[in-house]
Amino acid sequence: MLLLILKRIGLGLITLFIVSLITFVGVEVLPGDACTTYLEREAYGAALDACIKRLGLDIPAYERYLGWASNVVRGDFGYSLSGEMPINEVLGPRVKNSLVLASVSILIGIPLAIILGIITALWRDKLPDIVISTITIFSMTIPEFISATLLILIVAIWLGWLPGIVIIPSDATFYELLSNIILPVVAISMIMTAHMARMVRSSVIQVMASDYVQMAILKGVPYWKMVFRHVLPNALLPAINVVALTIAWLLGGVVVTEVVFNYPGLGRLVIESISNRDLPVVQALAIILASIYVGINLIADLMTLMLNPRLKSLQIRK
Amino acid sequence: MNEIIESVKNLSIGFNSQKGKQISILRNVSTNIKKGETVGIVGESGSGKSTLALAMMGYIKQGLFPLKGECLFKSEDLLKMSSRKLEKIRGRKIAMIPQNAGQALTPNLKIGYQIDEALRLHTDLNKTDRNKKISELLNKVRLPSPETMAFRYPHELSGGQQQRVAVAMALAGKPDLLLLDEPTTGLDVTTQAHVLELLRFIAKDTGTSMIYVSHDLGAIAQVSDRIVVMYAGEIVLEGPARKILKEPIHPYTYGLLKSIPKLSLAGLPASMPGSQPQPGSVNKGCSFYDRCNLATDHCKKNSPELEQIKELDTNVRCFNHKELINQNNNLQTSITKKSNNSEAIEVLKLKDVSISYAKQKFFDQLLNKISDQNPTVKDINIDIKKGETIALVGESGSGKSTILKSIAGLLKTKDGQIKFENDRILSSDLKMRNPNDLRAIQLIFQNPDESLNPNHTVEQILSQPLKLYFNLSGAELKKNIIDLLKKVRLGEFYMSRYPRQLSGGEKQRVAVARAFAAKPDIILCDEVTSALDVSVQAAVLNLLQQLKEDLGTTYVFVSHDLAVVRAISDRVAVLYQGRLCEIGPSQNVYKFPSHPYTEVLLGAVLEPDPDIKPKLVAEDIVEEKPPEKGCPFQGRCPRKIGDICNSEVPPWQIGENGNAIRCHINIEELESLQQ
Amino acid sequence: MKSNLITEDKQKSKLEKAFEILKTMASKPSGLIGLTIVLFHVVLALISPYIAPYDYKAISPNTMLLAPSVEHWFGTDSLGRDVFTRTILGGRTALTVTFFGSLIALLWGGLLGIFCGLVGGKIDDVVMRVVDAFLSIPWILAMLLIVSLLGTSTEVLIPALGFFYGKGIVRVARAATHDVIAKDFIVSAKARGHSNMSIIWNEIIPNVRDAILVEGAMRWSWMLLGFSSLSFLGFGVSPPTPDWGLMISNARGLMSFAYWSVIAPIVGLSSLIIGINLTADAFAKALGIDRSTKAPV
Repeated sequence: MLLLILKRIGLGLITLFIVSLITFVGVEVLPGDACTTYLEREAYGAALDACIKRLGLDIPAYERYLGWASNVVRGDFGYSLSGEMPINEVLGPRVKNSLVLASVSILIGIPLAIILGIITALWRDKLPDIVISTITIFSMTIPEFISATLLILIVAIWLGWLPGIVIIPSDATFYELLSNIILPVVAISMIMTAHMARMVRSSVIQVMASDYVQMAILKGVPYWKMVFRHVLPNALLPAINVVALTIAWLLGGVVVTEVVFNYPGLGRLVIESISNRDLPVVQALAIILASIYVGINLIADLMTLMLNPRLKSLQIRK
Repeated sequence: MNEIIESVKNLSIGFNSQKGKQISILRNVSTNIKKGETVGIVGESGSGKSTLALAMMGYIKQGLFPLKGECLFKSEDLLKMSSRKLEKIRGRKIAMIPQNAGQALTPNLKIGYQIDEALRLHTDLNKTDRNKKISELLNKVRLPSPETMAFRYPHELSGGQQQRVAVAMALAGKPDLLLLDEPTTGLDVTTQAHVLELLRFIAKDTGTSMIYVSHDLGAIAQVSDRIVVMYAGEIVLEGPARKILKEPIHPYTYGLLKSIPKLSLAGLPASMPGSQPQPGSVNKGCSFYDRCNLATDHCKKNSPELEQIKELDTNVRCFNHKELINQNNNLQTSITKKSNNSEAIEVLKLKDVSISYAKQKFFDQLLNKISDQNPTVKDINIDIKKGETIALVGESGSGKSTILKSIAGLLKTKDGQIKFENDRILSSDLKMRNPNDLRAIQLIFQNPDESLNPNHTVEQILSQPLKLYFNLSGAELKKNIIDLLKKVRLGEFYMSRYPRQLSGGEKQRVAVARAFAAKPDIILCDEVTSALDVSVQAAVLNLLQQLKEDLGTTYVFVSHDLAVVRAISDRVAVLYQGRLCEIGPSQNVYKFPSHPYTEVLLGAVLEPDPDIKPKLVAEDIVEEKPPEKGCPFQGRCPRKIGDICNSEVPPWQIGENGNAIRCHINIEELESLQQ
Repeated sequence: MKSNLITEDKQKSKLEKAFEILKTMASKPSGLIGLTIVLFHVVLALISPYIAPYDYKAISPNTMLLAPSVEHWFGTDSLGRDVFTRTILGGRTALTVTFFGSLIALLWGGLLGIFCGLVGGKIDDVVMRVVDAFLSIPWILAMLLIVSLLGTSTEVLIPALGFFYGKGIVRVARAATHDVIAKDFIVSAKARGHSNMSIIWNEIIPNVRDAILVEGAMRWSWMLLGFSSLSFLGFGVSPPTPDWGLMISNARGLMSFAYWSVIAPIVGLSSLIIGINLTADAFAKALGIDRSTKAPV
């Protein structure tokens, strides 16, 4: 069991290592280096020399990679050209803001998705299922920027209930954030909930058709008891991994949502750093976002391992 | 004794087809279950027997719905009852023992919890009493160490143990009626006999009524007082067990009983043509018309009703049943095989073959050291003569299929040689074999659903070997395919069909044709009839025999079914845990003296005859690995004589008729022990 | 009963089979709606240059931000361009880029997946690690970087999108191959001594083809979503080419008093994505593939 956990963690670390290689090599392969890209037409003379010195571009690539990687491992991402300060200082508040946005969305999204998934599965092909499933298909397929734009148009502009655009500094306090994130959270959790509810639905339907559920019914187990003891634990277990993958995948969408709402999180930083052609920041963001993806999947893997009786008994025997 | 517990009246159940037509899979079924009796419901897959059994608990599978009729339990219709009320009946009055307990036990709940759940729902016992009751129940179904058993998860038990847990769970509510849906299907022969024995004991002990649903007339014969025979959604014959099994007066039942291979009979059983019609395909006339040899024009146009025959206490659905009354002495007949065993040329020789599934460790590989001292299959020596059928018999884990795969080159041997035609050593690596050797050995698989590419037509399937080995194309290829189809008794029009458009028997015929397309010398048959219905099985066996007699092919036939092996084989090799126990001409292997394992296997066979009871001589224990030393059967042997069995590998002893037995007990002594 | 069956299944040509699948897809309302929408958009993309009432790039200060009227059905935008004209033209680039992008994704993802599923072992492990690593970098970050450094021409967008959306197909194709190679009909072909190429071509590809095609259809709708997100962020099609994502982005700031210029492209883009999605779903169902439990990676 411990070995299994260590193995999963190891695989995650290997993935991150490959990610770091990809981002580093990617930037090397693309035309221009960090300095010429950033300075564009002003890439000559003293400015260029200063920049090259600043980033240490004058030493061989592999040495630079090793230096960069070892710094990253220690938690130092380097220097932001556009911000003219260490990247860590740029990142700090952004990470916090995005974390608030994402965790509120997830905290609302997951329970809602489970409830909706169960309802649609148990009332399969009946009115609740048809209504909810139609809504989920719409909110699943429509791009984030459209649903976000529509939300602003309807809720903020036509109805005037909430501010349409977040106007807070990136170092706002937690409470300042909370009051401003209602619309972004709705926009993100809508699509996330839709994806997950659909998976929960089919997982529950699959389990409901299993021999052991039929057996529980024939044993005289009351309906809701059967749902909670015999169906849900077996239906939700395999859904954990899929839910994790979905959440991780939707990280890309958060970028767009943050831009629409002008929310000062990591997503907007992605756009800003790319618009500023600030490659060191882009590299740092790639590593951070990839770590989040790997981390979420790792947690899901470990949860599945803990909860699966088959693997639990493996632990007892060995 | 004559009190009726449950009665089914004019029940029809059906579904809506994609084209919106209503198709019934159960038509007008009526029957009564009396207190204390065991009723066997027998039929092939698709006959509607499981649907009937579930309806008797008021349960209809999703997609199906009752068209008419009722299921009365103590004069209340279960099909119209509220689910609240049904919960009080299911598990308490009527309990179910499912087909595959491995899948019917909830995987995330411990055994103890699942039994406790039934007790909580259906009894008033308090916690401590319930715990006591749980170990009592586990004890009753003869599970080892009931105390710890309760804390285990379903997947930690063997198939037989899971089935016993299901029985314990069903008994928890002290039901008046037990429903058993194929409770022993999928279990090993000896386990099956043991579970059946347990069920019979419980019926006697508790006085519960039972409904035993199965496709296996052998199992039905062992437990039933009364038998209901179903065909294409209808009851075709119903009556006392002995009458049904000894004097069946419906042509289907008659044919079915004749098509079952029996231990007592050498030679092939008679086969029935065709297969059961699909639901909804019979509009008028008798549903058995296509396959019946008593059928007249009257049968084609009119559907027979279930007719009561007072003097025989039997109901039958046949216009011509009178032709079958009083002339059933010929149930015990068989077709004798022509033996072309006269040429005693050895065609295949297995010499000291060992096969290991254990992966070699990296360092051992480097040092070329063999790490596995206790391989899955060990020291197999078999000489196979041209034109004979040799059968490898054993339960799951006996290594019979493993040996077959290594002959085919799909598994590497660890030690030993496989010689072909006495001079050529077959490489254990498939890629190293020459094309002619590949052609000479062909394989037929158990399940044609898996062995035929679902995306290919029959023509494409059969052209694969023809193109590969003989480079045929165009008209010649087509002619060869038609010839092959003719050989396996399929028409030319099958060429354009996909496997999914064929019945199970037809699919297996295509698989047989594909093997013969290579003009092989040896065909390896891996449980080729196990996935087929009984009436179809006989036809496939007859076909294989006919082809062999015509073409002089050699068969290596792997099966767990001793009766099938008895029917088809000339020689039998009995395997336990990858070790050979006994080998010899089949008539001798099926006679005493036998290796104790053969004795156990033979004793566990269920015959479709209420007068032949299985003899249970050994415990049913599942051994996961062969013992490190000594006799492979030491763990379960009923005739174990002592330490010598644990420490020394027994010697081969040759009996009078040429069958070799590997046992420490002297062969004469064995004979006297077994008489 | 037998004669009935025989007449039913004459050897069917590939075209007939495709037609049959289309018929099954259209037999359910959702599939029919999806197919109709996709067909509508494809036809529109083909004929829109000939039916557009105005020049899509004609700027006119006199007609700025006009509300919908008889002359300008969907009103005009902040530069005085006709929104109706720009809307019916707005799907052409998106459809072309994502269609060819999906084809590329299908091709490399499918082939690499089948290859990995077949060889297994160490090579498979390494390739899957790399694919996983690529999956863990958000596509939007990678796409933005490539586009900002290499430009937004279709020659850059098509292969880049094709590459990033093919990773998921690798997984699907690999899993499908894994399922198939354990089947007895493959074992049977091996035992007969067919060459590896012949086994891949005859036995494996026909059996994984459906799963990969369905995945490709699904990727198409996701890629459309990704592409329009890029446009929306200003990294897709460059102005003045009409494109829905770009139009929404431009009109967004003014939507408090000129909502029409944002509604029209929203309807256009949403309907196309939903249409492709419904079609892909119906396609999957017609081929008997259940992909509702899979994550959208």
